[in-house]
This record gives sequence, structure tokens and C-alpha cells, in this order.
Amino acid sequence: MKSIGELERIRREAMTGIGPRVARTRVTFVVHMGTDGLAAGARDVMMAILDELRRQGLTDCLVTQTDVTGLHAKPPVVDLLIPGHASLTYTRVTPEDARRIVVRHLVAARAAVGQ
Amino acid sequence: MNSFYRAHVLVCAGAGCVSSGCKAVEQALWAEVSQQGLDEEVKVIQTGCVGSCDQGPVVVVYPEGTFYRKVRPEDVPEIVEEHLLKGRPVERLLYKDESSELVVSLEDIGFFKRQRKIVLRNCGVINPEDITEYIARDGYEALGRVLTEMAPEDVIDIVKRSGLRGRGGAGFPTGVKWGFTAKATGSPKYVVCNADEGDPGAFMDRSVLEGDPHSVIEAMAIAGYAVGSNQGYIYVRAEYPLAIERLSIAIKQAREYGLLGKNIFSTGFDFDLEIRMGAGAFVCGEETALIASIEGRRGMPHPKPPFPANEGLWGKPTLINNVETYANIPPIILNGPEWFAGIGTEKSKGTKVFALAGKINNTGLVEVPMGTTLREIIYEVGGGIPGGRKFKAAQTGGPSGGCIPAEHLDVPMEYDSLVKLGAMMGSGGLIVMDDHTCMVDMARFFLQFTQDESCGKCTPCREGTKVMLDILTRITEGKGQEGDIELLEDLGKTIKNTALCGLGQTAPNPVLSTIRYFRNEYEAHIRERRCPAGVCQALFKYEIVQDKCRRCGLCQKACPAGAIEESVEELDLIGEEPAMAGAAEAGAGVRAGVATAVATRSKRKPLVINQDKCLKCGVCMRECRFQAIARV
Repeated sequence: MKSIGELERIRREAMTGIGPRVARTRVTFVVHMGTDGLAAGARDVMMAILDELRRQGLTDCLVTQTDVTGLHAKPPVVDLLIPGHASLTYTRVTPEDARRIVVRHLVAARAAVGQ
Repeated sequence: MNSFYRAHVLVCAGAGCVSSGCKAVEQALWAEVSQQGLDEEVKVIQTGCVGSCDQGPVVVVYPEGTFYRKVRPEDVPEIVEEHLLKGRPVERLLYKDESSELVVSLEDIGFFKRQRKIVLRNCGVINPEDITEYIARDGYEALGRVLTEMAPEDVIDIVKRSGLRGRGGAGFPTGVKWGFTAKATGSPKYVVCNADEGDPGAFMDRSVLEGDPHSVIEAMAIAGYAVGSNQGYIYVRAEYPLAIERLSIAIKQAREYGLLGKNIFSTGFDFDLEIRMGAGAFVCGEETALIASIEGRRGMPHPKPPFPANEGLWGKPTLINNVETYANIPPIILNGPEWFAGIGTEKSKGTKVFALAGKINNTGLVEVPMGTTLREIIYEVGGGIPGGRKFKAAQTGGPSGGCIPAEHLDVPMEYDSLVKLGAMMGSGGLIVMDDHTCMVDMARFFLQFTQDESCGKCTPCREGTKVMLDILTRITEGKGQEGDIELLEDLGKTIKNTALCGLGQTAPNPVLSTIRYFRNEYEAHIRERRCPAGVCQALFKYEIVQDKCRRCGLCQKACPAGAIEESVEELDLIGEEPAMAGAAEAGAGVRAGVATAVATRSKRKPLVINQDKCLKCGVCMRECRFQAIARV
């Protein structure tokens, strides 16, 4: 260990490794994984979200699942929970949509999230 | 490089959970996760003690913090399939609180909700065998700051201002101790960690070493810088193999990362650590005996002064602190002494870890701010006494401490208030007793322990505790004499005043404190030859109440000693009055009770307990469905 800077670099890298255990989340993606969701391809949607988060190097997000789907929602359904904001619900999400959602909410509109 | 996982599955791997079979659960999780093809998104991690030992093996799923208890390997497929794949928590494995409500998240469980974790901040959160996880939780940042921004005296000043006091039991101000060692002349100086945790029922030090070993390593390096030492020793008892293993791994990783060794943070400061194993003598937790043991001599204390701060290991200035004391240091450096001094009470700052044991619903480790009342710890964190029984007393501070009776349930748990009550903080063991505990027997148990562990160097402890133990044993055997209580008090005070080290000076405490609060129990044993709690076997016997007995033979089957025999002669039955017998003959509306017993009694001969064979185990009393066996 040569310097505080080196320690800080290791710490930032290591944060990814413990992210889900220490809540400091900007956005939580809730993927509906009920039977209807699974049948409609919700797993592929979730994998797309995970992959996009990795590609963008976003570690302050959580991806969780639920088995409850609203009565009228068309699967696959993804909810976005943004602390301090009303939650958003996307329906009939494809994996491509999922990637777009990640980019729109977290990359392009980083500043807009706070509005 | 770490990749991003959406879920972390933590398996508690403290020694307690290891013994309840967590390794098999962890392996099952790995296998099932990869079979379901979830390797890319779910990470399985072994972690340190979560604290709720009676619930083990414990599995916690993040980010939700879902708390699964008593998980068996065969439960694993269901957890993976339902929870990790479909997002539905497995209800039957969730924790139920007192109102039988299912609790999904760890944060909502009373046992955890009431706690404030500083010492145990990383236990049950990180993998203790991965240094990067410790670094991710701001690990080694305190060491970096100290080495690059502070002078040694600044560090000591911070520790002084934080108000931290030794967590090994005596409560000596830590900063003052550091100051003594820093001022002492002599070179080289040494830094020692006392991890010879010996109090029966205390395991906070073990849990820190098993769950967060780097916090101790970092703190010792900080202490080394503050007092001017380049070499540290961690003295761990050999009975903690898992702690030793994880500590060794942690030291190795710290060396690889250049956090131990030469020129740390390019500041020219060198510090290294070695582990020394204790051979399991309780007295080696006493600092001068510990030093003798590290030097390779027989673990015996020597009189103080000289204090270790001036003449310790190999005659050189030595700083000795306990594991829990060290674990507080990095957060104090990072958050500032004012932050720490803002927690707790006027004279006892910060938090204290207690090991809850005995007659309490939630056994395990809890960390609460100093000054939390005993009542809060027992009823709100500990979930109260099993079976709704009555709280009688709590033994604090292990064999060196004393008991706190029910009338003092609202005592704030801090160093000085406990000493006022004749108890002490000690290392934080907290053994809860209900009305089925005999205080004389309890005092005898602890004295037996200290008597066994007395090193024999000084007469008061070697001979005095032996005489006290003999008297106590006599009392519990129903051979107590008038004057025994006064003699015990007299001996106890003399030993306290004249013994050489802390072991002897505190050994009489359990006896003196039970006499202080439960003198009537001693008197009952001595004058009435009676044990009010029904524990001392010489003072009661089991008998069969003939007019309740239906001669069904259950007790006879259950008795391990074959002590229940058929009587040769028909006994006179007290309950058989003509009216009763008449009712039985008529057979009209007969209810349970004497009459029924007589009427429905099998044709066997009466059963009696042969007192010569009886082991007084009480199995017959538990087995009997008619309350026909009495303890008299």
C-alpha cells in the first residue's frame, strides 16, 4: 500500500462486490417474476438490465424481483423505484427496452433524476 | 474483477453456526445456484456471526435482507427456486416474532432493531476471508489517515477524548493506557491483543476475530504508530481454531497489500503482527500472566507495579488491549472522538457487546449503547424469558462478576452503576436466570470454575477459594451450619483484599453478591435444609402421590435408574374416603381427580420410588400426566 489514493482505488473497485448488502441505491429495478412474467420472458429482461448496468459501470443500483403482478399489467413488467420519487411501471418490456430504460434513467438523464 | 450481482446470499459461518451445520448449507447453495444457472447474478458468501446464535444456520438474502433461520441443506432448493428465481420469500423459514407475525427483513426483527453496531459493524456483512470487502467498508482508511496526517500524540489525544474504556472488563481509560506506553522509556516496544477470552458464556471476541479480523489488525497498527511500536502479538486461546485460521488469512492478506510490513503508506512506518496461542488457562487473560505465557514461561501473574506499560513483554514497554477495545478504534478515528463520546452515558462511552445466555429467548450476541437498561436488553432485545417464567437475576461479568436481582432490572448497563450493585461489566457475559435457578448452586458453579483455574501462586486465592468452595458444597449438600454465611463473607472480603491478581481479587464476587441479594436462599439451605428453587439434589426427593397415581407405569418406563418399583404391600390411600369411593362405584359424572384415579386405576400394585436408586433427574415428574409425582 503506497498511498491513500491507492487504497481509495481498491475501495471503489471493491464497492461493486458488496453493493447489494449496503444500501446506497439510486434506482431499484423490480422485475415481476410471477409465472406470467417468467413465461413472457422476464428473465431475459432482468439479465439485460444486469448486463447493461455492468456495461455502464453502475454499482449503486439494485435489481430485485417480485412475484406480484398488478391485475391489468401486461408482462413482462418492470418497476423503477427512485428514492424520493413516485415509482414508475413499464409493461411489455423487451430486453432491448430494458437496456434503453437503464440508459435513459441512469446515463442520459443523470442530472434529470434529481429534478 | 468483481462483477455486479443482483443478489447476495450470506451464510453465517461463525463457530456457532458452523457447529449447527452451516458448511453443508453453503455447499448446497453453491450447487443449487449453479444448477439453476444463476451464477452470473447471485453470489454466495460466507460471513461472520450475525449474532442470533440460537437461530443458526442463518442465511440472509440481500438486497432485501431476508432473514432465513435454521436452514437445512434440504431447504436450499426451495430457497433458490422460489426466492432467487421467482422472488417469493420462503415463508416457513422466516423468523416469527413474539406475536407470531412473519418478519421478512432482518431490520424489522426486534433482536436487531434495538442494536447499534460499531464493534460488530462488519460481522455478518462481509466475508472475513476477503480483505477487499473490509476495504470496501472503509477498512484501513483510519490507518492511512493516522499515518499520513497525524502525529502519534494526536492519535492518543483522539482516543482519550473519545472516552473509550477497556472492554476486557476493568474499564481502564484506553487513551490513558496508550499515553503511558508512549511515554515509557525502553526499546523496542510491543503492542499486544488479549484474545484469551475465558469467561464462561462470553464469545464476543471470538466473533470479532472470526467475522472481522481486519478491524483488530488495523487498530493494532494504529496503536503501534501511537505508542512507537513496530511489532504486535495477538494472544488467542487455542480453543478458537476458526478465529486463528481467519486471523492468519487476514494477516497474510494485509501483508500482501502492504498494510502490514515495511513502509506502510510510504510513510516509513513498519509494523508486523504474529499470533501466539494460549494453552487454555483462564489466568492467562490477566495481562501479566499473558505476558509470561507469550515469553514461553508458565502463565502466572506477578504483582503490579511494574505495569506492562513500563515493563511488559521481555521487560520492554508493552500496550495490552482486548479485542473489542481495538475493534472500536478505526470508527473512532474515522468519525471523530465527539461522535463516539456522544453515544452512551457520561462515564461509559460507546456501545457494549453482550453475550446473552441462560434462560432467555434470543441467545446470542447483541451490541447496544452503554446505559441501555438491563430490562431493555432482556425483554426487548433478548425477547424475554422462555415459557413466560419469572426473571430472578442476571449474572454479569462471568465468574468475576455478580448478580443483578429483579429489583434492579432498570439499572443502566455501564461500568460504574454495575460496580455499585456489586456486579461488574466484565467482558460482557450476561447469564439470565429464572425462578428455577438456585443462587447458592450458581455461586458454587462459578467458584468451582475459578478454583480450578487458580494458578496457585498466591495463598489467598489457592487456599481461600478452596475453603469457600468446600463450605458452599457443604451447604448445597444440606450440611450447612449456622455461621457459614458470615464465614463466607469474611473469607470473600479477605481474598478480595489480598489476592495477587484479578482472578483471585474477583473470585469471591459471585458468592458475595448472591449473599447480598439472596441471603434468604442461603438461610433456607442451612436452617431448613431446603432448596427453594428445587435444584440442590440432596435437599429434596421425588415421591409418588398415591391418591393421584393411576399406576399406568409411564414413569417406570421413563426412569433411567429403574428406581420406580411396585410396592409389596397395598398402601393406605389417603384420598379414598367413602364418599369418593361411592361416587366411583356409581360411575356418575366422574371427573378427573382423586375419585377417577382410584376408580380407573389399573389392577397393578402401587408404585413407589426407591430413594436409594433415584438419581433425582426429574424425568418421572415430566412424564407423569396426572401430576402424581411431587418434589418434597
